[in-house]
Amino acid sequence: MRSRLQPLTSTGIVVAVLVLSLVVGAILTAVEGRNFLSSGNIDAVLTGCSILGLIAIGQTLVILVGSLDLSVPFVVSLTSVVAAGQMAGEPANVVPAVLLALGIAAVIGLANGLVVSFLKVHGFIATLGMGLIISGYLGSNYQGSHGLAPRSFRLIDATQIGPVPLTFLIMLGCALLAIVMLRRTRLGHHLYAVGGSPEVARLSGIRTSVPVIAAHVLCSVLAAVAGLLLLSRLSVGSPTIGSQGDYDLMSIAAVVLGGTLLAGGKGNIVGTLAGVAIFAVLDNVMGVMQVNPFLKDVIRGLVIVAAVAVYAGREIDRRPARFDRPTGLDAVLQETK
Amino acid sequence: MSTPVTTSTPAPARTAIPAHQRGLGGRLLAAVLTPGGAVFVLAAVLLVATIQANPNFGDPGVIMLFLGRTAPIAIAAIGQYYVIVSGEFDLSMGAVIGTQVVLAGNMIGEDPDKVVPVTVLMLLVGAAVGFANGVLTTLLKVPSFIVTLGMMLALGGLVSYLTGGAATGNPVDEFREIGRGRFENVPVLEFLPYPLIILVVLAIAATLLMRRPFGRNLLAVGDNPESAERSGTSVWWLKTRAFMISSLAASVSGILLVGYAGVHPSVGDGYEFTAITAVVLGGVLLGGGRGWVLSAAAGAIALELLFTLLTVKEVESTWRDTVQGVIIIVAVAVAARGWQAGRRPRGSARRAPSTRIPTTPTPGTTNGDN
Repeated sequence: MRSRLQPLTSTGIVVAVLVLSLVVGAILTAVEGRNFLSSGNIDAVLTGCSILGLIAIGQTLVILVGSLDLSVPFVVSLTSVVAAGQMAGEPANVVPAVLLALGIAAVIGLANGLVVSFLKVHGFIATLGMGLIISGYLGSNYQGSHGLAPRSFRLIDATQIGPVPLTFLIMLGCALLAIVMLRRTRLGHHLYAVGGSPEVARLSGIRTSVPVIAAHVLCSVLAAVAGLLLLSRLSVGSPTIGSQGDYDLMSIAAVVLGGTLLAGGKGNIVGTLAGVAIFAVLDNVMGVMQVNPFLKDVIRGLVIVAAVAVYAGREIDRRPARFDRPTGLDAVLQETK
Repeated sequence: MSTPVTTSTPAPARTAIPAHQRGLGGRLLAAVLTPGGAVFVLAAVLLVATIQANPNFGDPGVIMLFLGRTAPIAIAAIGQYYVIVSGEFDLSMGAVIGTQVVLAGNMIGEDPDKVVPVTVLMLLVGAAVGFANGVLTTLLKVPSFIVTLGMMLALGGLVSYLTGGAATGNPVDEFREIGRGRFENVPVLEFLPYPLIILVVLAIAATLLMRRPFGRNLLAVGDNPESAERSGTSVWWLKTRAFMISSLAASVSGILLVGYAGVHPSVGDGYEFTAITAVVLGGVLLGGGRGWVLSAAAGAIALELLFTLLTVKEVESTWRDTVQGVIIIVAVAVAARGWQAGRRPRGSARRAPSTRIPTTPTPGTTNGDN
């Protein structure tokens, strides 16, 4: 019905779902006698967004190029313990530790990208294997929490600008960079092209391995940033922090919820952020209502399937009409080309 | 156009499929060179290595125990094969196993008379879960990754909620016998565990099923859903049946696991990834259309043999993940080469191997979007 009125992009629908969940969330929170829009609660929702948001931005890039990254939770854990170990409570060590963590993540992403693009291993298996490799290393070398973040580093998590936590702004900054990269740079356009059809991209003269590798490196680095933010929150590195958060599956769910095609080639960052925000609102409201933690999973699962089902059907139906007047991001893409 | 063009040539008077031109020995050799055949070699090598490291493992009784223990994961891998070969994923397997185990624990209890009706109920629940997965994937067009992830969260959460996340209930020993029982005094083999018999029966059934029109169509759908649909295949019903088979296989795994493990809702955690790993190790192409069902089962056995070997070699258990990760990446990298080589008849100049000479692509050939 809605599609007959006017062509609504999938991002539009996701944002509509987000607004709906905000309204329902606010009402449910009010029923519990609390204010959803209180600065404390806004802070909680935005903080909830930032970690999964960072990982989901990276995951969006990887999915757009037609791959997957299941190794992110282990990259998160690895960077948190490595950086914490390197810092060892000394403020002077913060910069080298951060650089070391980002560097290790970049190497992991590079390895993922090389395996996917040159060994022709499906991203699912390549990153599942990489995740297992890292998990073995973590399990063998770290038992329990490790290292210590100095106070200056812990301030990153504690700082707030108005009601907005700094971690959320960092996430937003990364999102903006990723959006600019996708819309305005050659690499971004190649990413869409390779994700849409590697063969056509190759025949058009694109070196297909470059976007694949770049997406994997960026995804791992963003996961490392998430790991560092978790470290600044917890003040100690934890070898299980990533797998506890189920960041691999939840980030993929957020990306698909945001309207990105799992097969690659179509989607955008704004949708992903809306998907992450839907999860954050859901978690927040369930927390306020004190829903049983196991039931939370049930609701999460139902919401994921239901939300994707809302537009998945017409997404596919619309595909033959790809030569029609493009909308939204597609228009920008075509104009700049 | 967006439709991927498969390797169909305008049929220039073919005499026979190239693979059939050689004798039996040559064909066997060719089969071993494909990823689906190589996994049997891998399993044999791992078996020899394990026996060498620990001669006790060569004892028939120990091997039977090992196979009995491996049967649940092999059965799960066979189920997962049907879904993967049709181009989808099933991440809900672990949750289904947890559900079945808890159902068995709570509904059978100490009453031997309830074993049969509850088992039937469990299989019905399994089929229903698979049906829901399939319908949501095919008719609502939600990606199976998301559907089965949602099912995993919902089903797993529900079971944990109902049981409080702890082990509850204890089925009678008659039911546990299915998973841990054995035929004694079998010549040569010493004894035959029930799970192994169930695995063999299911493997034979699965092989026959893949030779039926259902199996052929499933491969066609996995290779190219659009062309399969246009040639009159009911894609949604095929894929839905594949999901039902997968959930039923998970249910059987669950029934067998009750015999070994306690009645804990988390007993199936991680099974979906182990099963997918086993299937991929068996040379089945993620994305569908290629692979042999028995290779999936062999992949599961090879994976378990690998774990056994690591235990025998006294590799610290924490490093096992790392070794497993390296092995699956290497195995799949080798397999990716193998399928590419296997898809084009060797020594035939009819089609230029586009992977070797990337600057001169031939229209009508792709190297598959695996």
